[in-house]
Amino acid sequence: MHVAKESGLSKAIRDAVEAITVPVLATILGLIVGTVFILLAGKDPVQAYIAFAQAVAGTPRAFGETLVSTIPLIFTGLAVSLAFRSGLFNIGVEGQYLVAQIASVVVGYAIKMPATWPPFIAGMLHVTLAVSAGALAGAAWAGIVGLLKALRGVHEVINSIMLNYIALFLCGWLLNNYLRASSGQASSHAVQPTAALTQGLIEGSRLHTGLWIALAAALVVWVILWKTPAGYEIRSVGLAPGAAEYAGISVAKNTVLAMALSGALAGLAGAVQTLGVNRKFFETTAFVGYGFDGIAVALVGRNHPLGVILAALLFGALARGGPQMQAAAGVPKAVIYIVQGTVIFFVAAEGIWRFLKNRKLKAEVKSA
Amino acid sequence: MTLALVGILVTATLRAATPLLLAALGGIFSERSGVVNIALEGIMLVSSFVAVWANFVTGSWVVGILGGVVAGVLYSGLHAVASIRFKADQTVSGVALNLAAVGLTEFLLNRVWGQGGGSPAVNRVPDLFGLNLFVYVAFALALVAHWALFKTSWGLRLRAVGEHPLAADTVGVNVAKMRYWGVLLSGALAGLAGASLSIGLLSRFVHGMTAGKGFIALAAVIFGKWNPLGAIAATLLFGVSESLGTIFQTLGVTAIPTQFFGMAPYFLTMLALAGFVGRSTAPAASGVPYEKAH
Repeated sequence: MHVAKESGLSKAIRDAVEAITVPVLATILGLIVGTVFILLAGKDPVQAYIAFAQAVAGTPRAFGETLVSTIPLIFTGLAVSLAFRSGLFNIGVEGQYLVAQIASVVVGYAIKMPATWPPFIAGMLHVTLAVSAGALAGAAWAGIVGLLKALRGVHEVINSIMLNYIALFLCGWLLNNYLRASSGQASSHAVQPTAALTQGLIEGSRLHTGLWIALAAALVVWVILWKTPAGYEIRSVGLAPGAAEYAGISVAKNTVLAMALSGALAGLAGAVQTLGVNRKFFETTAFVGYGFDGIAVALVGRNHPLGVILAALLFGALARGGPQMQAAAGVPKAVIYIVQGTVIFFVAAEGIWRFLKNRKLKAEVKSA
Repeated sequence: MTLALVGILVTATLRAATPLLLAALGGIFSERSGVVNIALEGIMLVSSFVAVWANFVTGSWVVGILGGVVAGVLYSGLHAVASIRFKADQTVSGVALNLAAVGLTEFLLNRVWGQGGGSPAVNRVPDLFGLNLFVYVAFALALVAHWALFKTSWGLRLRAVGEHPLAADTVGVNVAKMRYWGVLLSGALAGLAGASLSIGLLSRFVHGMTAGKGFIALAAVIFGKWNPLGAIAATLLFGVSESLGTIFQTLGVTAIPTQFFGMAPYFLTMLALAGFVGRSTAPAASGVPYEKAH
């Protein structure tokens, strides 16, 4: 057989095509399943998709709102993918997100910037403090999981799930006893104006400056993972822990580090969402779902920061378009969850694609 | 007064423990066969809906229970095929099924009854000596599960493919078949658990009614050391915690906040896993797809 030597560029392109094949196929399958359910609901899919597109990008304001839904997913997608890169499954983003919300509300409310300071400086400093508090809280919450894995060998998935629920109850208790303005309210004190992220990047929408923090976080994750020795160690542990250990890389240390970094990203999601959109902590008995969606975003984005941004946009559009589709075309927004579940399922069951590919190969071999 | 309170506590505990125990038994069969099943929550949700639906259509709670079990088996079948046949990441597959379950039940609720919050009322599974039939079924099934897992050759084969699939394969045990048994049984039991919520504890389906019970059941699997008798103890403990919380709240006792009762099961499970409250170790091959050598 004749094998031509490939240039670096064409290999990069081929790798990229290979990387996006499964996510794209899974997304198409998800939309097909979604269409089936729209038909089952007795609605016109074309009308539904037009309503969906209108809601997502019909006007500048609509697109701004789509980006608002995208921002937390960029963070949570990055959080899950960074953990994946070190061979860890951080299913605890929901809990890390919650504790970070509390931390950023506390710092955003309790610290008061001197009124004499220039507003720009007071704002920068206060936002930095509140965002950092959230990131630290998320890192600490996830760090517990990393430590227990490194020291006691406990699988991270179980402890993450347990800590999600502990966070849910803990935050409810903190809100009830310490953070409410008055006992009748279902939310905490609002953060000081200096701690709020500015809204209105696109006029009329709530799009806030957290978008820049999200894009910067993606860049930082890329730099850490592929341009620093620490990132090299994290990825080595993910690819082959045995070989990494043999080469003198501490698996235990990197497990804790990767979990903490992943938790910090999850924490950023909570802090930025709080300071940019909610401005306070709302009472909740269930998870918001950004953490679970983050798993989908990471998978569809192939655990690469650029892929995560694109996948977050896809899922952000689904989150934004679903309820609007319900209002405009009468399609139950539940269809969106079904589409999301289907996409994740088909990306997860990668074996299906390998199976189909092999069958095609076998058929070709037979016919040859 | 005290006696009456103890009576209330015991009843409330048994009621709270029942769905947890049924789902935990399901989790045990799946994990013992080597497949992690965090989809218990989603399976329960789908089944709790179908149980009400079947009951609503036929007017019979027996058909309702059957509907729940069949739905559980079918829904877990997706997890089984993805995990066993296509070697998917089992946690991711579980996440997908949990997410889809929320959408599916919301969609069906809307389609069947045209309302978002919940279904109309259906007739409940009857009580026996003041306790729901499901309570007796759950505890009886736990004993049967223990016997099946530890006293039969079928149970030995199931545990073998979860501990060391290669060795089991070598002596002629069909690894894939035993794992299908494990996952589908977990679906049937989680299906019963779902039915026990919607037509045992309540008499209707409520949107998102599982509210994390599938995950508490998962905690009970671990806290009970992957053992049906252990699961009885774990779910009773978690049940006490839940009902004490409710009773304290009703009586207005504020010494211990209700949220602390809520987090107790999860906290205890973490301690158990870390080896502070008796070491608990998962089946060795749990979560690892088996690649047959060619």
